[in-house]
Amino acid sequence: MPTPLLTLQGINKSFGPIDVLHDINLEVYPGEVLCLLGDNGAGKSTLIRLLSGVHKPTSGTITLAGKPAAFASPRDASNAGIATVHQFGGTFPLMSIGRSFFVGEEPKKGWGPFKTFDRKTANDIAVKAVRDLGITRITDGDRLVGGLSGGERQALAIARAVHFGASVLILDEPTAALGVKEAAHVLRIVLQARQKGIAVIFITHNVVHALTVGDHFAVLIKGAKAADFRKGDKTREEITDLMAGGEQMAELEAEIKSYMSSHPG
Amino acid sequence: MSDPSPKPSFGSLLRRPETGSFLGLAAVFLFFTVFGGSNFASLTGAASWLNVAASLGIIAIPIGLLMIAGELDISIGSMVPAGSMTCAIISGHFGLPIAVGVIAALCLGALVGLVNGMLVVRTAVPSFIVTLGTLFAVAGLTLGLSVLITGTTSVSIKAGPEAKFLLGHFIGGIYQVTILWWIAAAIFWGFVLHYSPYGNWILAMGGDKVSARNAGIPTERVTIFLFMCSSMSAAFVGLSQAILYNSAQVSAGQSYIFNAIISVVVGGVLLTGGYGSVVGIVLGTLTFAIVNQGIYYTPFDANWASLIIGVLLLVAVLMNNTFRRMALSYTPSRKVK
Repeated sequence: MPTPLLTLQGINKSFGPIDVLHDINLEVYPGEVLCLLGDNGAGKSTLIRLLSGVHKPTSGTITLAGKPAAFASPRDASNAGIATVHQFGGTFPLMSIGRSFFVGEEPKKGWGPFKTFDRKTANDIAVKAVRDLGITRITDGDRLVGGLSGGERQALAIARAVHFGASVLILDEPTAALGVKEAAHVLRIVLQARQKGIAVIFITHNVVHALTVGDHFAVLIKGAKAADFRKGDKTREEITDLMAGGEQMAELEAEIKSYMSSHPG
Repeated sequence: MSDPSPKPSFGSLLRRPETGSFLGLAAVFLFFTVFGGSNFASLTGAASWLNVAASLGIIAIPIGLLMIAGELDISIGSMVPAGSMTCAIISGHFGLPIAVGVIAALCLGALVGLVNGMLVVRTAVPSFIVTLGTLFAVAGLTLGLSVLITGTTSVSIKAGPEAKFLLGHFIGGIYQVTILWWIAAAIFWGFVLHYSPYGNWILAMGGDKVSARNAGIPTERVTIFLFMCSSMSAAFVGLSQAILYNSAQVSAGQSYIFNAIISVVVGGVLLTGGYGSVVGIVLGTLTFAIVNQGIYYTPFDANWASLIIGVLLLVAVLMNNTFRRMALSYTPSRKVK
């Protein structure tokens, strides 16, 4: 068994009197995809914010590559190699691909106070990075990010994370807003990132997408880890039931059935 | 692998932020050349709108950069008279060297900008409200202190030949030297926004401030810096007018607020931030000045100028939206490999 890259031990998080996460233990391995499943409000987003440095845990420890990690800011987390890509990918729709790729890390050329933003290098690197992930439609780094499709934006954001040496890649519902074809492409990119030895945390509530790429699954229900299993341990139906809280699902089905029978047509 | 940087083409020109403002400028120029006759197109005619454009333009560019970064500064309306009164009181009323007055006015601008920036950054109150507050506060301070110190609301100032040459003479008898300062400002800011790495920071901040900060951009420092620049630019325009006209008045600057915003928006800057260009702002300023001054060369009553400016603003915004959509939906054709 390899050693985990990122370990969460006994993580609790509360906002004032409201407990959002209780006693979360998780291990994330390099070159593996951990799927974080859960319904809305289960605490997935809070967990991501803890990992990406937006919030600090109330108690518990996060260990990254054997060292305890306490992130003061998102900047801290990304410096440590944790990159987070949000649902809509690029957040600067009116910037060019090259410019947005290098926000905060601009390549420069020239001398002293006359250093200029090296547009050509930026564009070339950005376009190459995205094309390496199989998005061959992007050829011009001057294009605006807002003009890309949802999947292309995800690819751009993932390419950016990979380029800047992320060792942990957190993907927050990357396929939620995408069509079937685009989602498939993003899933393929997730697998490519995994192949590069990156530890991927993939947040979704789409069980099919999770089963396609996941090596390891964790289900959150009401802020607690309800299940933690490896690929092949559970069927799709079992996972869906787990996520929705199986009994409630059955109740709902019964309710619908009785409604249908009492309202013919 | 294709060449990732295609040659500039007509299509790529259409997708630039300043395209709309260039077309607007061309239309307005044509309109006034037709109706204003040879006087409008003459060198004297050009001077009348270039002079207006120059002092407005020096303020409009930093305002535009603030708007690209997602902020707004309307306190400039008070900073222009505050700058000119500071310079006139120190160098005119007290008779200190003109350089002291100039530096004091610029320092006051820096201070007001610092206050604006700090308030916006620390309180997270929208910059419109913060600068509305400082607009009135600075106006009140200028009026109160001027009356307290000099007993009047208008102070005369006699600048030496060097100061006159640098800030307050007419080139060829008709062109204000401010025009050269405007050109210098445009080159400086154009470099900052489009060529220096900091331009990327400004664009990113306007696009999404939280992501920009997460990407490691010192958003607070950049915001404060931009506010200081806009206030100092307004103070600079104020003091150069005092030197040009040999006097300063307490109330002369409120019109700059809307005029600057109109110039910036006509110039293709997106009101919500994240998009725009310095060339666009310069063209927008020229367009505004031509309408503002050109009307006097036409047979129309000057009262119609505001109507034209209002319509122009709306047309410009709609046109800029169209061009921005074109820029967004642009996909290079796949056959060019």
